[in-house]
Amino acid sequence: MSETHTFRLDGDEVPFAEGQTVIQAALSAGRYIPHLCYHPEFKPHGSCKVCTVKADGRAAASCTLPARAGMAVESDTEEMNDLRRTLVQMLFAEGNHFCPSCEKSGNCMLQALGYDLGVMTAGFRHFFPDRPVDASHPDLLLDFNRCILCELCVRASCEVDEKCVFALSGRGLDKHLVVNAVSGRLADTDVALGDKAVEVCPVGVILKKRVGFAQPIGARRYDARPISAQALDDAPRPGNHRSGCGACEEGAK
Amino acid sequence: MTAAVKNKLRVATTSLAGCFGCHMSLLDIDERLFTLLEHIEFDRSPLTDIKHCGPCDIGIVEGGICNAENVHVLREFRKNCKILVAIGACAVTGGLPAQRNHLDLGACLREVYQTEISLEQGLIPNDPELPLPLDKVHPLHEVVKVDYFIPGCPPSGDAIWKFLTDLLAGRTPTLGHGLIKYD
Repeated sequence: MSETHTFRLDGDEVPFAEGQTVIQAALSAGRYIPHLCYHPEFKPHGSCKVCTVKADGRAAASCTLPARAGMAVESDTEEMNDLRRTLVQMLFAEGNHFCPSCEKSGNCMLQALGYDLGVMTAGFRHFFPDRPVDASHPDLLLDFNRCILCELCVRASCEVDEKCVFALSGRGLDKHLVVNAVSGRLADTDVALGDKAVEVCPVGVILKKRVGFAQPIGARRYDARPISAQALDDAPRPGNHRSGCGACEEGAK
Repeated sequence: MTAAVKNKLRVATTSLAGCFGCHMSLLDIDERLFTLLEHIEFDRSPLTDIKHCGPCDIGIVEGGICNAENVHVLREFRKNCKILVAIGACAVTGGLPAQRNHLDLGACLREVYQTEISLEQGLIPNDPELPLPLDKVHPLHEVVKVDYFIPGCPPSGDAIWKFLTDLLAGRTPTLGHGLIKYD
């Protein structure tokens, strides 16, 4: 165990071990920082920016920001939470997030984050994009309408499942989730029900067929407790990173 | 008229491209309706059948904007109401009717009225009395300024009660965990 130092989070001392990021140290210490694309089991991605904090006066994503001794971090402030609300609003306006018909409703991180931050409206003009679903796979449904480009399935499929089924393609506004098959269809990949990539989707994109709405309202993940409480329960899991994926290295040859 | 009655806040409600589910949810505040009626009186609303909205303190609008008439009614509400509230998923996000937004409107009308398998010699309705549908369904805030939003499909009676009691007491309405819902 390396030597323990501390930084200040909203005025309170938070201990950290050498190499920990601000969000890792905060969650380990039982302090919640709102986040979306960060997952304790995966290398940080830093794309959604929901976990942005002010560290010594400068805004930075706390999932990629290494903790430093003596650092002053502001997180639960009106300014940071306003920024997070805006980010969540933009995600809602950009995709088609029709919660009343979504199987993931009640178990969805984006929705739960909206609840916890008090997002009452997307505010912006909705894009209403046209994104057909991929229902080709016998056991899985891909609903691209809800994708928030967190790359958790991409990371899980490569790092854990070693299949690299998913990837992001395009840039800027055109960025979208693609399936790694010549046909582009999920049925033509070796993705399987038990894959980490299936389990890890925080929103309603990768769905198991024939189990939708099985959980009654009231028994869903975020019904009883807000995501801020739930995230702390799930938090201090040790990272289990593997650097290479056989399928990627094979493809690179 | 007593002074107390004069001080009642005037409230108008309407359902545009909605299903009246949010109005049903308003009725779900049950016996608290009596308490509510000590503080408010209804102007235009499905409950009064008044056809046009006069000057009001609060306007509560359910449903999104799917046709020309919806736009007129919404503008009438905005013009007359000091505080405009979007209630429910459709008013806040476009909701279920907006699920047609990625489809061509002409193709939708043809499929529903002409080519659908059970129809013979179907006609697309074009009576001048009928409001023209809009190309896309819009949430209210894309057409007028909206002061408050109550999401949910529908929001629960408790959420509506919390919102209204906060507003009547002069507090900024906040719903909090369990009452704020998008589904």
